[in-house]
Amino acid sequence: MPYQIIVCGGLAPDPLQTLEPVTTPAGPGLKNELMLPAVFDPWAGHALYEAANLAKNVPGSVIKVVSIAPKAKLQQVMMTVAQKLPFELVPLDGPGGGFTDSASIAAALADAIAAIPGLDKSQMLLFGGWESATRGAGVVMQMVGEKLGITEQFLAVDELKVDESGALIIKERVEGGRHQVSKCAAPPAVLAWATGNLPEPSNHPQTGMANMRAMMPALQKAKAAALTTTVSYASVALPSVTRQTKIVKDVPAAQIAQELADWIRQ
Amino acid sequence: MPATSTLSSAEFLKTLPGDDVRQILWRFQDRFDLQMLVQSVRGVARGPVARLVAQGGRLTHDWTPEKNQLLEEFDNAGITAAFMEPHEGGYIEGPKNLALSLIAFELAWVDGGAATASLATHLGLAPIHEKGTPEQQAYYMGIAAPQPGRPPKRAAFALTEPIPYVGVETGILCGKVRIAEWPEGGEPILEVSKRGRFITNMGFANFVTAAVESDDPRLKGTMMVILHEDDPGVFDRGTPTRKLVHQLSSTADPVFQLKVPASRIIGGYRVADGQVIPTYDHGNVIEAVFRRTRVGVGLMTSAKLLSAIEPLIRYHRDRFRGSGAVAPGSPRYELGLQQKEDVTHRLLDVWATGEAGSSLGFATARIFDTIDPVEKAKDKYFAEQGIGGGTTVIKALRKRLPDALEFIELNGKGEMARQSARYAELAADPVVQFMIVDAEASVLCPATKLWNTGNGSRVMREAVSLMGGYGITEDCPGFLGYKWMDTQLEATYEGPEAVQRRQLSVTMTSEVFLAQFRQWTQEMRKVAAQAPGTGACTLASAMNLWAWTLDYLQHGKDASGQRLYQGTRQGVTFPMADALCWLLSSRCQILDVENLRQNAAMLQDGAEGTIQFLTDLCHIQSARAAGEVARICTELVYGYMLHPSWTRPEDCNNCFREEELQQIESIIPGSSGFVVDVRNDDGSHSTKAGPCVHASGLNDFTRLRNKLDGCLAGAMLAKDRAGESLQKVMIPAALDYPL
Repeated sequence: MPYQIIVCGGLAPDPLQTLEPVTTPAGPGLKNELMLPAVFDPWAGHALYEAANLAKNVPGSVIKVVSIAPKAKLQQVMMTVAQKLPFELVPLDGPGGGFTDSASIAAALADAIAAIPGLDKSQMLLFGGWESATRGAGVVMQMVGEKLGITEQFLAVDELKVDESGALIIKERVEGGRHQVSKCAAPPAVLAWATGNLPEPSNHPQTGMANMRAMMPALQKAKAAALTTTVSYASVALPSVTRQTKIVKDVPAAQIAQELADWIRQ
Repeated sequence: MPATSTLSSAEFLKTLPGDDVRQILWRFQDRFDLQMLVQSVRGVARGPVARLVAQGGRLTHDWTPEKNQLLEEFDNAGITAAFMEPHEGGYIEGPKNLALSLIAFELAWVDGGAATASLATHLGLAPIHEKGTPEQQAYYMGIAAPQPGRPPKRAAFALTEPIPYVGVETGILCGKVRIAEWPEGGEPILEVSKRGRFITNMGFANFVTAAVESDDPRLKGTMMVILHEDDPGVFDRGTPTRKLVHQLSSTADPVFQLKVPASRIIGGYRVADGQVIPTYDHGNVIEAVFRRTRVGVGLMTSAKLLSAIEPLIRYHRDRFRGSGAVAPGSPRYELGLQQKEDVTHRLLDVWATGEAGSSLGFATARIFDTIDPVEKAKDKYFAEQGIGGGTTVIKALRKRLPDALEFIELNGKGEMARQSARYAELAADPVVQFMIVDAEASVLCPATKLWNTGNGSRVMREAVSLMGGYGITEDCPGFLGYKWMDTQLEATYEGPEAVQRRQLSVTMTSEVFLAQFRQWTQEMRKVAAQAPGTGACTLASAMNLWAWTLDYLQHGKDASGQRLYQGTRQGVTFPMADALCWLLSSRCQILDVENLRQNAAMLQDGAEGTIQFLTDLCHIQSARAAGEVARICTELVYGYMLHPSWTRPEDCNNCFREEELQQIESIIPGSSGFVVDVRNDDGSHSTKAGPCVHASGLNDFTRLRNKLDGCLAGAMLAKDRAGESLQKVMIPAALDYPL
């Protein structure tokens, strides 16, 4: 059975950039945020690559990416992402930082997905990142699923297989470094991906150009996401970096490993 | 740095210019195919290419499996197919000069050799692309395009030969071709004998486009032929060239002794009176090829200069961090070496040169994208008129010179003139339009190759020195040492500097070019009126000085009565070519920033600071260009005169006698201090070489020179302002490719 795979994914600042929290009139933000190069959120990226793999193996499947982000920035990022696999973009113009309200984002995503013409929920797999690189709240996908009435939800997914009967075999991360394998008889389902197992597909401009024929009009017509927020931030700061240096000589590797293990346990 | 800032925080550069800024500057903001190509190539450059360099891939001359793997990366990323038309397996419609230039730029940002490997494949195909028969084009472009399940066939371009013909003598060939067999009524079989020197891609090329000369009366002139690796005979790839640089490209000295059918002559042939006459001689082919591919080579050096900015800022800022003696928050900790004005000013020179070179190179690439369809329309028109090749074309073009000049004049007269019927008529005339863009391209192409690589090489050395001892190690962030050494080869590839100067010395004197140049001067004044801080006015004054000097040199004679501006007098012509390059690069830089200013609304944030900074870079560069032009012009104008002598009475006509000075002093005390030349009747004179020069006819030059000197006002203030931006600009936490 072909799937309609909806991938939710936003943007994140390029991780190599210097990220400096600042207070803006609209709340917390990053210094020069709109000027920083952005990337497709890596968690959502894994979901997208898994979606591409599934679509390739199940002929007739289609992928639609629903994204809330500043549309000019999204257009720049699509110049790379759109080269990796064929998909359709459903863009919503909105903030790209990590300080938006998760519930509000989830509502906007759910509304946008529900409005996709021809969407058949019986074929729908809702993909996204388990967390996001900007926020890490890990709650958006569940809320989107709930709002769309999809109760089969799988979090921190590392693998998806389809068995002979068409059932989904899903491997999720659970506590203690273990995996839990579940069987889901059929769509619809929410799969919030951890890292998956697939490498990033290489770029090819030819694929991108085919995608962009539909993406550019969609980006130009992108509506502003209706976001509300009830969240207020007392303070924001970068995680502190702790560096402890010890100079040693002639210490066996096993002893160094033991010290590291002890340090990690602390 | 000035003691206090004169700018608001909005006017400082906030982050390094990103893709959104570059796309507007270099005019591909509406070309999504090119934007994607850039991202795709960047992924290869800063991924596999950078990793190979970091792993020591450059440390061997041999073509290794790891280097060979890069070719596959190029194929997968669409780099190889970027040269082809969609029906040949490519994906970019229309002319591709800008696309190929962007590829070279992105790859050279990390490694020039990788860029050369990419360009060389296109170079090998270029003779077929430009001058091949339709059948040759369909076949070879098709097999060179990557297809699923079939590795592409790769090309090499073999022109350069061993000594004595290595180097600039591309007009003379020792590679020979004879007719080995000519069956009755059949196709002649050629025997090609060619030794190549410094041939790129030879480690893996499947076919070669080689320049050879006839050694058989039944075969006329020179030509280019296509040689296959499986042709009968010897296809010896030769030993790898022991070059010091560009080690990610394969270079070898091959030997070919092969039999090939005459259908492999590029562009085809005809038979007349028992003689095989190629459609194109090798000169026709390489001229069409090099004038395009040289642009990419020029841009490679400019990419390196711009790639050096981020690692240098990081090195300067972090220089003292980590030392217990320097407390966080102190100026020494926060700014490091950026506290020193010399560091920021020299880095600005590197940056401004990179910007100017890039602007010139991409402008040239765009001109070639323009010229391709115009040239085809002109060829079609001439064919319809029955005008063939060679001198008939030259005569036909010369006849249209007044029309071309008229169009340029109308174009400069403003909107009203451009609405006239005559303007519309000339604008639709393929011959006139070809003459105009061809004149511009014939100057911009050698200027890009010459200035970007030659001057870029000198400035790249400055970038290395700004990294201290670190700069000349293998560990230097951004591989700056490698990049510096590579620039020397870029200055040599595809025609060394002397060849470019020679070409410029001819093309820059064409009437069509000079008419455009005069308009460009006016254009700079207009830009200056709207955006006074760009240095455009300075540049216009320098352009005037250059034009005056050229005219003077073309009509003037030296002290011994010899003409100054003539082909063999390279002491005159070559420096004038150099001076022009400074002007052209600065002009292109100013126009790009002006375009950004007009499209500032497309930038999401920080436009004011970005534009202010780039404007200041324009001002810095235009001042430097003006200084170079003034120096060169003054040397040439005065340098070929005899210095006045105390021993020639006619040289002393303006000298005073001591007695006269005493009389003057008695009337106006102190006025004798303004008199520099004194010669008494007893032969004694002022202590210097001779009376000062009072050359008649040079008043205009002196006036232009004085004006230019005054035009430099504000240039150093712009540098101070830009230096402040360098201290404040936010850079990424780490370089986006490995060390």
